[in-house]
Amino acid sequence: MGEVTMLEAIREALFEEFERDPAVVALGEDIGVFGGAFKATEGLLAKFGPERVIDTPISETAIVGAACGMSYLGLRPVVEMQFIDFIACCFNQVTNFAAKSHYRWGAPVPMVIRGPSGGGVHGGPFHSANPEMYFVHTPGLKVVYPSTAYDAKGLLKSAIRDNNPVLFFEHKFLYRRIKEELPDAEYTVPIGKAAVRREGRDLTILSYAAAAHTSLEAAQVLAKEGTEVEVIDLRTLLPLDRETIIESVKKTNKVLVVHEDTRTGGIAGEIAAVLCEDAFGYLDGPVARVTALDTPVPYAPPLEQRFLPSVEKVAAAARELAKY
Amino acid sequence: MMGLDRVSMGKGTAQRMNGTLSREQHLELYYFMQLNRQLEERLVRLFRQNKIVGGVYSSLGQEAISVGTSYALEQRDWLAPMIRNIGTLLVKGFKPRDIFTQHMAKVTSPTHGKDGTSHFGDLKTLHVVSPISMLGDLIPVMAGVGMAGRYLGQQIVAMTWIGDGGSSTGAFHEGLNLAAVQRAPLVLVLENNQWAYSTPVARQVPLKDLADRALAYGIKSRIVDGNDVIAVYETARWAVDECRVGRGPILIEAKTMRMKGHAQHDPAEYVPKDMLEYWKARDPIARYEKYLTNSGLWDAKTKAEIDARIERQLDEDQKFAEESPLPDPQSAEQGVYCEGCHEIEADWRRPKEQVMPPAASVEAVWKVADFGAATIPTGATQSKPEAQPAVHYPKHAHQTGHGASQPPRSTEASAGKPAGEDLSGAPPLRVPFGRGPKDRSFEREKQQNQPAKQNRHRRRRR
Ligand SMILES: Cc1ncc(C[n+]2csc(CCOP(=O)(O)OP(=O)(O)O)c2C)c(N)n1
Ligand SMILES: [Mg+2]
Repeated sequence: MGEVTMLEAIREALFEEFERDPAVVALGEDIGVFGGAFKATEGLLAKFGPERVIDTPISETAIVGAACGMSYLGLRPVVEMQFIDFIACCFNQVTNFAAKSHYRWGAPVPMVIRGPSGGGVHGGPFHSANPEMYFVHTPGLKVVYPSTAYDAKGLLKSAIRDNNPVLFFEHKFLYRRIKEELPDAEYTVPIGKAAVRREGRDLTILSYAAAAHTSLEAAQVLAKEGTEVEVIDLRTLLPLDRETIIESVKKTNKVLVVHEDTRTGGIAGEIAAVLCEDAFGYLDGPVARVTALDTPVPYAPPLEQRFLPSVEKVAAAARELAKY
Repeated sequence: MMGLDRVSMGKGTAQRMNGTLSREQHLELYYFMQLNRQLEERLVRLFRQNKIVGGVYSSLGQEAISVGTSYALEQRDWLAPMIRNIGTLLVKGFKPRDIFTQHMAKVTSPTHGKDGTSHFGDLKTLHVVSPISMLGDLIPVMAGVGMAGRYLGQQIVAMTWIGDGGSSTGAFHEGLNLAAVQRAPLVLVLENNQWAYSTPVARQVPLKDLADRALAYGIKSRIVDGNDVIAVYETARWAVDECRVGRGPILIEAKTMRMKGHAQHDPAEYVPKDMLEYWKARDPIARYEKYLTNSGLWDAKTKAEIDARIERQLDEDQKFAEESPLPDPQSAEQGVYCEGCHEIEADWRRPKEQVMPPAASVEAVWKVADFGAATIPTGATQSKPEAQPAVHYPKHAHQTGHGASQPPRSTEASAGKPAGEDLSGAPPLRVPFGRGPKDRSFEREKQQNQPAKQNRHRRRRR
């Protein structure tokens, strides 16, 4: 097998799970004949038919609602948000209906909501969002946000097999920009486990999705300056892999969190609290963060560039932190 | 306007003998309605004694709707109640103790104290989906239940309820629209009880008949006297049968009246007294008792026996609930996620091969039957919605067998009327039975419309 993009990896995961289990169905706007706005479901309808690949009206609430109902009969619906920004339109179905179902009355909702997220492609305020933290704040959901093709495939397969509602964020900047060779053999990646992308002893960068790549690049810059940075890709934001985070902090004693989500209420704040609770004694400096600005995602390229974290911003923050 | 054939009002139950229900079934309808009412009366008493943790939402006067509609379902069918549908839960097989313990937040309740009221369900045997408080959300969910049932070959029907007020939510529209394009086996019962909390229906929806909402989705609808349990049952039965053969979804509007406040805390002073009197004279249980007597379906002894049985059952279950403990505080931390605690397995009633390649394969192109050009009927007052799906997927050449993946077809069109009706000359919105005491606009409107003398008289009376 040759190298595949993250988008192709996602498509592979869908095909394999559809093949494995007839309880897996897909719902979304333009996902059937058209194959999805980003072609993540291309070919799925032709192979598995319109009973399993359902082109829906533009009704996010109805799509997620129907998926909840289907899951109660033992199906495993995979819902596509054409852009993840539109998940705001079904916030209630996700947070009140799906998320609380098992806790309230013991009814599991095995469902995946997936969709393209994130900025860097000049999508403007409504096609670039990173709304993951609304959902990280919702007990009952799982939130997954991969940064590699391998993880995207393995995590999507785990998400489909999970018995809980899983929100699966696909960073659209990475869709076609990263490529890697995937194993021929079947594999999954467990939800709730972070990955150490680069080992280092001087400080830890915690990141995910596109920002994980930014962080890795920054780590290379810093390595040339003699600072060895450990880079951890969180991969799953809910539940958070506290263990891996704390293990790394015990080694490096310094933490920088980098995310493309906006600053206030981003995961960096939560991680800072976790470290204060469980690893305060190991910290040699403040928990630092590089994030997007607390603004909507602006449209013009120079504005968006200003909005997003960059290698320079990450390297600068790491240099400051390294001084402690 | 609406054809009368859409209205299952009849001339009142007393004059109609029903051929399809046995005597036992007739008595069972009475049993469930009375059980529903007596159970709620006890909840009110418990509320006054401070033994209920949250609120009590009465369905007094609406019991015929809960009981009559859910009675048309089979065991395999699914329902999702709203807050005033305790009766549906009893009909489907939950016990009064489940309702008592839910309201009292006891550890023995179906949700073990995690949620209250009628917010519970059962996936495995009773096929009941728990509601959430957000109105309208159950409609897309139950559309999905119906779609999944069809996919699995189960031939089930899904039923849920909504209020006149709840019919204005986005979820109502999205859900019914999705159900309609999918031709999902969904029966939606719209309980028009004239009030949404303190707001009369005319301020919620500019329609006389809320069943007309069905026109927007190209689906069939019926209006029924919600206080006539036989009429309700017959209408629901028709709707369930239609859905079962692929002619859903269907909207039923049941006209009724909320006889109490929104919940126990609400004295509902905004409801005109004469409106309550009007509806009290149409109490569904009193009417049905008269019907049973006049039809010779029971005598005083039978009634006394049923009533005594209800009393016994409620005594026992109430005692059970009162004696049950509250949940252990530590259990608050459990159950957020399903991690191996449930075996999730669909109940397949068709060969799985039908939905797997190559049998499932199609050519992924749209075959569009209707090119969408404007056709303006000359002098026509009715436009018929498309009876058959306008698109379908061609089968792949190598596929054999007949079309499992073809969407089911509706053979009947619903009643229609022109979509863009001119409302410019329509009279202003009006509250059918008076106005809220604090609404000055209605007072002004009344003054303008009434002779001066009567006005003075009114003012003096106040
Ligand atoms: C989406 C939503 N908004 C507001 C409420 C608060 N609320 C609960 S019941 C109710 C009135 C409902 O009226 P209706 O749908 O006619 O049902 P009824 O109470 O008459 O049975 C309101 C406003 C809610 N539960 N859900
Ligand atoms: Mg109402």
